[in-house]
Amino acid sequence: MMRWILVALIVVPGTVGDLLTTVGMKRHGEVNDFSVPGLARLVWQLSRNPYIIVGIVAMAIPFFALMDLLSIAKLSFAVPATASSYLVETALAKYLLGEEVGWKRWAGASLVAIGVMLISI
Amino acid sequence: MISRFITKTAAISAVVVVSNAVGNYALSKGMQEVGHLVTWQPGPYLQAFADPWVMAGVILLIAWLIFRLALLSWADLSYVITVTSTSYVISALLGKFFLAEEVSPLRWVGIALITVGAVFVGETFPSTTDETGGLAEE
Repeated sequence: MMRWILVALIVVPGTVGDLLTTVGMKRHGEVNDFSVPGLARLVWQLSRNPYIIVGIVAMAIPFFALMDLLSIAKLSFAVPATASSYLVETALAKYLLGEEVGWKRWAGASLVAIGVMLISI
Repeated sequence: MISRFITKTAAISAVVVVSNAVGNYALSKGMQEVGHLVTWQPGPYLQAFADPWVMAGVILLIAWLIFRLALLSWADLSYVITVTSTSYVISALLGKFFLAEEVSPLRWVGIALITVGAVFVGETFPSTTDETGGLAEE
């Protein structure tokens, strides 16, 4: 039971974090300046973007949950269980963010999820 | 215009993938030198930063985060997660050639599937939403 709670604590906040940072970055607008001063300005702007702040905090939770999960379960359980997030995030990107997800994106996400499971065995 | 957009997406995706894989590699190499480190005390963590591999790893992973955010400023989430999963492939190759890690046949199959999956998604147009990120206007 505990291990599935930890899997949920990896997949759910990780997914929420990715969704929030995606919305935050789309609202920020397309980044074109990749010089060092440009990137420093970007970091300064993002540090005041609530979507990005909450999104990054959410993405930190899976890091600690994974460490806890690895202390009670094997890597061969932990990684396949979390590989499902590729399909969960692709579905939410389609239905919540309105991204066009055609057969190539579904096939790609499925292949990657299976591939991630295999490399952890 | 379109080709410049595609080139920019490919270049920044490559930076995201390489900084993630090499950053993780450097951090794991550094942490092996530093040794066991699970404590609430800040001191040992600060000492770990003195290790050049740990420092390089942390800098690369900060760069990874910033470039991944930049990529998400125009590319779809469903594009970014799949295309950048190729960092698993780079990590496995770094492990094989620099750490002499064994790569089992099953892992090679996994690496091949990730590569094919990323190529499929890489063939789609990176951006299909507007600047609201798909959320309704305020």
